[in-house]
Amino acid sequence: MKWNQKEILRYLGYRGKPADETVLAQIDGCIRELEAVLAPKAVFATFDVTVLKENQLEIGGMHIQSKQLSQHINGCKQASVFAATLGAQTDLLIQRYNILDLSKAVILQACAAAAIEEYCDERQEEIRRQAAEQQLYLRPRYSPGYGDFALSHQKELLSLLDAPKRIGLTAMDTFVLAPSKSVTAIIGFTHEDTTCHIARCMTCTAKNCPFRKED
Amino acid sequence: MNIKQELGNRLVFFDGGMGSLLQQNGLAGGELPELWNLSHPDLILKIHKEYLAAGCDIIKTNTFGANAAKFHDKEHSAQEVIRHGVALARRAVEESGHGIVAMDIGPTGKLMRPLGDLEFEQAYELFREMAVTGAQSGADVILIETMSDTYEVKAAVLAAKEHTNLPVFVTMIFDAQGKLLTGGDIPAAVALLESLGVDGIGFNCGLGPDQMKKLMPQLTECCSIPIVVNPNAGLPKSVNGQTVYDVDPQEFAASMVEIVLEGAWIVGGCCGTTPAHLAEMIRACRGLSPIPIAPKNRTVVSSYSKAVVFGSKPVIIGERINPTGKSRFKQALREHDIPYLLREGVAQQQNGAHILDVNVGLPEIDEVSMMEDAIRELQSILDLPLQIDTTNIEAMERAMRLYNGKPLINSVNGKQDCMHSIFPLMKKYGGTVIALTIDENGIPDTAQGRVEIARKIMETAATYGIEKKDIIVDALAMTVSAEQQAAAVTLEALKRIREELGLYTSLGVSNISFGLPQRENVNTTFFTMAMQNGLNAAIINPASKPMMAAYYSFCALTGSDVQCMDYIAQYAGQASAPAVPASSEISLTEAVIKGLKESAFEAAKAMVQTTPPLTIINQDLIPALDVVGKEFETGTMFLPQLLMSAEAAKAAFEAIKTYLNTNGQAQVKKDKIILATVKGDIHDIGKNIVKVLLENYSYDVIDLGKDVPPQQIVETALQQKVKLVGLSALMTTTVVHMEETIRLLHEHVPECKIMVGGAVLTQEYADMIAADFYSKDAMGSVYYAQKLLG
Repeated sequence: MKWNQKEILRYLGYRGKPADETVLAQIDGCIRELEAVLAPKAVFATFDVTVLKENQLEIGGMHIQSKQLSQHINGCKQASVFAATLGAQTDLLIQRYNILDLSKAVILQACAAAAIEEYCDERQEEIRRQAAEQQLYLRPRYSPGYGDFALSHQKELLSLLDAPKRIGLTAMDTFVLAPSKSVTAIIGFTHEDTTCHIARCMTCTAKNCPFRKED
Repeated sequence: MNIKQELGNRLVFFDGGMGSLLQQNGLAGGELPELWNLSHPDLILKIHKEYLAAGCDIIKTNTFGANAAKFHDKEHSAQEVIRHGVALARRAVEESGHGIVAMDIGPTGKLMRPLGDLEFEQAYELFREMAVTGAQSGADVILIETMSDTYEVKAAVLAAKEHTNLPVFVTMIFDAQGKLLTGGDIPAAVALLESLGVDGIGFNCGLGPDQMKKLMPQLTECCSIPIVVNPNAGLPKSVNGQTVYDVDPQEFAASMVEIVLEGAWIVGGCCGTTPAHLAEMIRACRGLSPIPIAPKNRTVVSSYSKAVVFGSKPVIIGERINPTGKSRFKQALREHDIPYLLREGVAQQQNGAHILDVNVGLPEIDEVSMMEDAIRELQSILDLPLQIDTTNIEAMERAMRLYNGKPLINSVNGKQDCMHSIFPLMKKYGGTVIALTIDENGIPDTAQGRVEIARKIMETAATYGIEKKDIIVDALAMTVSAEQQAAAVTLEALKRIREELGLYTSLGVSNISFGLPQRENVNTTFFTMAMQNGLNAAIINPASKPMMAAYYSFCALTGSDVQCMDYIAQYAGQASAPAVPASSEISLTEAVIKGLKESAFEAAKAMVQTTPPLTIINQDLIPALDVVGKEFETGTMFLPQLLMSAEAAKAAFEAIKTYLNTNGQAQVKKDKIILATVKGDIHDIGKNIVKVLLENYSYDVIDLGKDVPPQQIVETALQQKVKLVGLSALMTTTVVHMEETIRLLHEHVPECKIMVGGAVLTQEYADMIAADFYSKDAMGSVYYAQKLLG
């Protein structure tokens, strides 16, 4: 696992300001503890995208009503449905420090948040290579909960990939993912070679997107 | 065919994959395969018959996911598809003229608490419905398969065994290293499942036959019951969006022969295997006989993740989770301060304990519910096996049921009514028991008398089907200052119990020195003597350095510490380590601002001897916290530092609390504030941050925890006359519960104010759901509380 200290500090609210030695040492310690328990796994598959009517689409049998997702994968004929998790033991480690030492719990949270994004990026490379064979490019990951893409699709998405059995990723009754350090997403395949067709984060309605850059 | 009679006389064959065959026939991703029992009965029947024609003995019903939590079809219930599924398998058996039907039970598809939101008893109920429906519909055995969590599997086994009389087989899904998704290993799973009395244990899914073959030695080393192995046809590969398995029938059969030679008694297949794979496997296995199973006689207990085996060297059982003689611990129990218990547990683990004793009995509290909470919380943050220590039989049963593993039970004794209440629980829930050598006539003062009681307990246990490996005898250390021969009698008794009865032994060591000065001197020597006489487990305080030194030295000297590695790891470099700077060199204020936990604790401990607690709080702690709070506000200090300071202040308060408790004084607290993470939300770090800060400012925080129903918050606010409630929510989906809680609070407790916070909240959102205050960060809640309550 590659560790991006800048990202970890961003999750901790440093907003580009430097951290002191003690905190940096704590981060290093947390990374070591995390590395002992990380069990990242991912599962993904490609499906056709069908536009049913305005703002309504079908991917792998899932009927999704979402204006923003429709815009996001507008023009994509296919998309990859993606799920990844750092595994149950990461949650248990964070839970342990939630009782014993909150500062470590918060730092572990930040490290794990950075780690799951990093892991998703790594695994997404495989999808990018598959797409590239057909001269296709990837749109950014778009997850349930972003914009008006309802969280309630979480269960269908997981069952489409058989994710509970394959990688141990489940959703709770509130559609919160368990284990918590996990990501589900839809990744559109497009002919345009642009990294992100939403030009600026601030115009995007995905207010809780972890990549949101505040400027 | 009577499966229990066949086992061991010949190899028995399970069938192969079902779901993967349905996919080949057009089952779409996300579609419920069990519905095909109704929509495609001919295909299901045909597959079953093909497996039977291939020579399979046991066919698995197409009911893997037919539990009420996962099965969400509008027209058909889980029970209905189970009835049809079993009927189809039955018909296949009748038409083929041989075979038996296994009711197939897969996982719920949800994670159990604390990882997910499924309660143990909810999981139990889901499995009960499956098992009962399967049995009533005519299944011959129950197969619980593809399980990746010991807790879920325990719920399933209990449900199957309590509501049916069918044989129960369990196969779990391990990774190539032999680990479950929850981190458990093979010995831990085997300890649990054997003690629950299942009829066979093994592997399925996840891996191909080659990888499973490599795991076989780990299983055969600890397992004394029949082994079941149902691998996939290799590891899944994705080709053009389809999942494919590429081990062909010949290759599969060749590997399965090796698995049989490693000791499997029942073999079959899982995903990707077909009737052709099974036909080839059965052909290749003809002529092979099951390898006889040698009983391992392991005395073992387990947690969700690991097993602790008795015998090779003494086992340390930490005794600190026990209120006897500890006023601070009693206070924690009365205040339902579970985190205090958890910290005691973790400290003992760090000090080298292998198992933790859990005793939460206090006359003025409800021991049953306290025991449940303690077990549930301890096992969610600690991976050590627990020893359930209570004389309350209801508390014992609840704890044994909820415990995620095979527990150590403290205790049974030679009294008839005690044995007849404890042994049935052990038979049902599994466990290893500590047996005290006392009976209706008291504690014998001779070694002979204690050996006789141990023998009586062992023989009575046998009538319940409890083997002697699951009994550890405590020959009772009596106070040597009262009875000169006490130590000698105990040592002789434990030696004879070990040698004459072949039972393992334990001792609560420190009793020996009661009434003597400098008790550690006596304890340490007695501990060493006991180990030399064959002691297998000691209930001690692992924070005692001389006791642990005696333990590590003993292990090194007796060759049970390979190359003295443990001893060296404990003590190397200690002499040359620089002295820890004396805590008095740094002031309490400075320690808190710098976030130095130990220094803050020591400084407060020293100060409280000479300065009134309230003065320390008002003149040192609060000003220090104010400094940190301001710097956090202005962005010169950040969340990790704020929390390090908060933890340091908390440690200082702990020193003050301990002082007050020892001197019988109560801590002065300000107004009560309720904190809760709302219903449906199980993420509580944010709430805990607010809690530690508010407590540091001396507010009396009533922490209702996470996933708290609105009604409970309202009731507590009414009962405790609370003026401020803090609510946290992390997900947009749970803000609705926050809104409902606020509505109910305003309606029933109009004088109570409500502050809210959490990742998804904004000022606008807070206004919309009628909260009185939106706190953008943790310090905000402190300022609001100060403004409102002073």
